[in-house]
Amino acid sequence: MKSVYFELPWRPGVLLTLGGLAAMVLLGLVAAHRMESVGHVVTGMNNHIVWGLPHVFAVFLIVAASGALNAASLASVFGQTAFKPLARLSGVLALCLLAGGLAVLVLDLGRPERLVVAMTNYNFRSIFAWNVFLYTGFFAVVAAYLLTMMDRRLDRHTRLAGWAAFLWRLLLTTGTGSIFGFLLAREAYHSALLAPTFIAYSFVYGTAFFSLLLLVLRAGGFELAPPALCARLGRLLAVFIGVALYFVALFHLTQLYVAPRREVERFLLLEGGVYTALFWLGQIGLGGVLPLLLLLRERFARRAGTLALASLLALGGGLVQMYVTLIAGQAYPLRLFPGFSVSGSFEDGKVHAYAPSWPELLLGLGGVALALLILVLAMKFLRLLPDRLEGLED
Amino acid sequence: MVKAVVKASPTLRNQPLPTDRSCGEGTPEFHRRRLVAAGLAALTTAALLPGWVLIEHAGAQTPAAGASPKRRWGLLIDTTRCTATCEACISACQIENGLEAPKSQTDARWIRKLALKDAKSGREHFLPMMCQHCANPPCVDVCPTGASFRRVDGVVLVDRHRCIGCRYCMMACPYQARSFVHEPQRDQRPEVPRGKGTVEACSLCVHRLDRGGVPACVEACAASGGGAMLFGDLHDPASEISRRLAEVQATRVRADLGLDPGVSYLGI
Repeated sequence: MKSVYFELPWRPGVLLTLGGLAAMVLLGLVAAHRMESVGHVVTGMNNHIVWGLPHVFAVFLIVAASGALNAASLASVFGQTAFKPLARLSGVLALCLLAGGLAVLVLDLGRPERLVVAMTNYNFRSIFAWNVFLYTGFFAVVAAYLLTMMDRRLDRHTRLAGWAAFLWRLLLTTGTGSIFGFLLAREAYHSALLAPTFIAYSFVYGTAFFSLLLLVLRAGGFELAPPALCARLGRLLAVFIGVALYFVALFHLTQLYVAPRREVERFLLLEGGVYTALFWLGQIGLGGVLPLLLLLRERFARRAGTLALASLLALGGGLVQMYVTLIAGQAYPLRLFPGFSVSGSFEDGKVHAYAPSWPELLLGLGGVALALLILVLAMKFLRLLPDRLEGLED
Repeated sequence: MVKAVVKASPTLRNQPLPTDRSCGEGTPEFHRRRLVAAGLAALTTAALLPGWVLIEHAGAQTPAAGASPKRRWGLLIDTTRCTATCEACISACQIENGLEAPKSQTDARWIRKLALKDAKSGREHFLPMMCQHCANPPCVDVCPTGASFRRVDGVVLVDRHRCIGCRYCMMACPYQARSFVHEPQRDQRPEVPRGKGTVEACSLCVHRLDRGGVPACVEACAASGGGAMLFGDLHDPASEISRRLAEVQATRVRADLGLDPGVSYLGI
């Protein structure tokens, strides 16, 4: 028997959520307006740390968007029928997260009003320009995929559209990772490994976001996260966290193997102060090892609370990971003259300081709020919530 | 040459011309049409004329005359003549391009002074660092809109009208030679327009080059500095810079990256 889908009914909680999210979006817009009218001088960014906290949020959301499609891909590509009723929700969440991330990215531009220039002038040697196509293409492919799921006349195309969306999301995150991996002179980034590492991150963040969404809906009275599904999502999340940790280890080991890169690795892993602490405690400890241990404990595996905690830890660890990757990579000074110690008025040869400002934080949080606001509205006006889940027997 | 001769066909020639009445002259419809036609003509002229005048004006200045693919502008900097205290090149750059003396890390630095100390021998060097005007510039490669570009004569520039302020070029530049304009700008030099929210860097004083001059830093270094900067055409084997480069062992910064910078350093 096929699931019947319904919209989110109006409830005080829904209205309150919408109001809160709208207020956060408004605050984000005020922050963006201040950054645009006064200039980026109101941020903590400077000519060393050129991508700050807004980029941390933007890249995090964009990477999470790709991973949010996991449940849909499991249903349409890997034949996991248990996830089929949740595929619509998964696709819509992916689009919402991408929209939130892109909004932050655009509003952090020096000239956001020139977005039309970016849409009409392409330098095809630029991975950034490729990403414009990957982002817009993701919207189109996932929208088409959703259409095949939501219109029964197009039902027979769902598998094909699901494959297209699955492949596109891999391309999308490859592109995002390559934005950093292609940077020749930045020793903390320049590696092809960043592309698969970002794909692994996307699996983690997307699954964590989706799990939390189901758990929030469950708290609201919609039984979309029964213990069997929690256990499945938990197992998936554990595998993805393990894969992400593997790629992080591989990345750093590769760096350590190359003699000129050892200095930057010493900075990141040992002597980088706040960045080193964030890496070991935030990204690896609280964001990786702890949720992994929680999820692997048989006794806790089927509990919704375990999944919720592990997902929150994974998302927190994800934000920390992006902060470490982006900011620490820029804070470490570029090596212009190997064998020389360099000094100068432009803090040459020194670790560059960065302190995020309120407008940056509000803009970043505004992007998260925008993603969730669109999501709640989508759930309100589209039939995304299934009346039953099936095929969950272990 | 074959001349195309167009003759009216006898059939058409024999046709009676439309009478005035057949055009409807004098009728309100006719006046309305003439009014619309005149209005459209005026609008078209008003829309096209400024552009036409601009094209004429731009054509008269022949900007392409300053950029020839036969040339590649470059610099050779003799670090043995560059001292710790001299900042003649930096001051000249600021005056020429309307830049304020930098007070924080958000202020623009198109050229900056570096002090190098050999980790083993302890020997010190001083040198100016600016855009290296690479033949394979990573800033140009990564720019999504093509705002960063390399002129045919090797000068790497930013089209401020096309720059969206994404700052990816700053991430890509190995020399940290680019600056983002963090604040609104006042009292700009007409020849060096700058804009909040866009990226900028040393242009080799391209406005001077196109008039046959040399960059302000080179002029100042020769006049009141140590005469450490030699500017010229790298493609011309007879130019002084090419002859010097053929004689001496010059260093290109981060030559290992394969960017082929247009700036070389002597003495390091």
